[in-house]
Amino acid sequence: MTQDDADGGVPALRTDRLGRRYGRAWALRDCTLELPAGAVAALVGPNGAGKTTLLEMISGLLEPTEGQVSVFGETQRAGPAQLLALVGYVAQDHPLYRDFTVADLFRLGRAMNPGWDQELAAARAEVLGIPVKRKVKSLSGGQQAQVSLTMALAKRAPLLLLDEPLASLDPVARLEFMRDVMATAADANLTCLISSHVVSELERFCDWLIVLAHGRVQLAGSADDLIAAHRLLTVPRATQDAELPGPVIQRTDSDRHSAVLVRTDPLRLALQGHASWQAEPVSFEQLVMAYLQRPATATTQDDPAPAAARPRPSTKAVTR
Amino acid sequence: MFRFRLDGSSGVPPYLQLVHQVRQSLLLGYLREGDRLPTVKDVAADLVINPNTVVKAYRQLEHEGLAGGRPGQGTFVTATATPVPPEVNQDLRGSLEAWLRDAGEAGLDDEAVTALIAVARRDLKREREKVR
Repeated sequence: MTQDDADGGVPALRTDRLGRRYGRAWALRDCTLELPAGAVAALVGPNGAGKTTLLEMISGLLEPTEGQVSVFGETQRAGPAQLLALVGYVAQDHPLYRDFTVADLFRLGRAMNPGWDQELAAARAEVLGIPVKRKVKSLSGGQQAQVSLTMALAKRAPLLLLDEPLASLDPVARLEFMRDVMATAADANLTCLISSHVVSELERFCDWLIVLAHGRVQLAGSADDLIAAHRLLTVPRATQDAELPGPVIQRTDSDRHSAVLVRTDPLRLALQGHASWQAEPVSFEQLVMAYLQRPATATTQDDPAPAAARPRPSTKAVTR
Repeated sequence: MFRFRLDGSSGVPPYLQLVHQVRQSLLLGYLREGDRLPTVKDVAADLVINPNTVVKAYRQLEHEGLAGGRPGQGTFVTATATPVPPEVNQDLRGSLEAWLRDAGEAGLDDEAVTALIAVARRDLKREREKVR
């Protein structure tokens, strides 16, 4: 597939100061991201953070108010058709034509997508036991989700967007659905962007992390790098934020000590750390939750990290 | 064929869990030199995890000299671990049991023992790093 194109270093996805406004309210603003080819990225954020808006703009379904999207180097200016062909999109509510049979849907997919892989579609339907002669509306929620995924996969698009794909599925169906996504990702060097608010499930699926909140990107990068760039410190309560070796993401004060999640690196911690401090690595879930709980006034990750000890608003996130 | 497991609640990153399992299975003799490890796709589908995680684990195993890729054939175990001889194991266990008895008599409960071991281990590690 397009992995050859990607070898030249062209990212699978790049958004540049992307924004979308509805009336006076910005659903998403200043969104600058890059996703390398082959990554499986988690897009995390509370309801209303702008996840669906971002995915719809990437897929070409929604026009940005400002900024631009490029998928494997193609921008909208090249024509929406080019962009559409590169992106497979499984929308949140699996909007399929409910009165169509599955076979009709496949026929439609074939007519609309030059790269349509009928063999893949038919084989998946058979393996999953989906009766292709039945109407979509008579299928179970899990089967509808699988049909929707099959449509996106058979399109043979190198970038797959999944918007809350697991929301309507029971635990077994979730597992089967993600099993297919993971196996396809291994096979086809697919790049995936998966939105979800079930944070605990994402670590095993994703090696890239994007946290959206308040319509802005709070954190983005390789999951391993981001985890390595944060430490959970236990420090005496009297310790000021400015004394800590990096920006404070979350602080929980007890009577005598404080637990602080700091963005820092081992070298900086060794130089600026105090002997009485305890430093622990942070887990994927802790990291995501801390960024999700940051108040809207907190600064985003675009701050140059070394400039660190900048004054923060005195809003200390108290999580207990 | 060797099969991996994943413990979601352990807090150990998934790729490290895969690496540990190969190391441990070598020590226990469940894996031997020349055994083929499952393909990246099979592990990704079996455990429902990101294939890049499997790639990363296999790379780490190659780096440690425990496994190697043969083009078109897959990843194979290339090393035999030298298991700890049973008598050495027995001796170590004996002295550990004696120490645990002492700790119990001194009034340390399980948690205190675990904490003490963690601290001692950390200090030893730091010492070793300083020597280097």
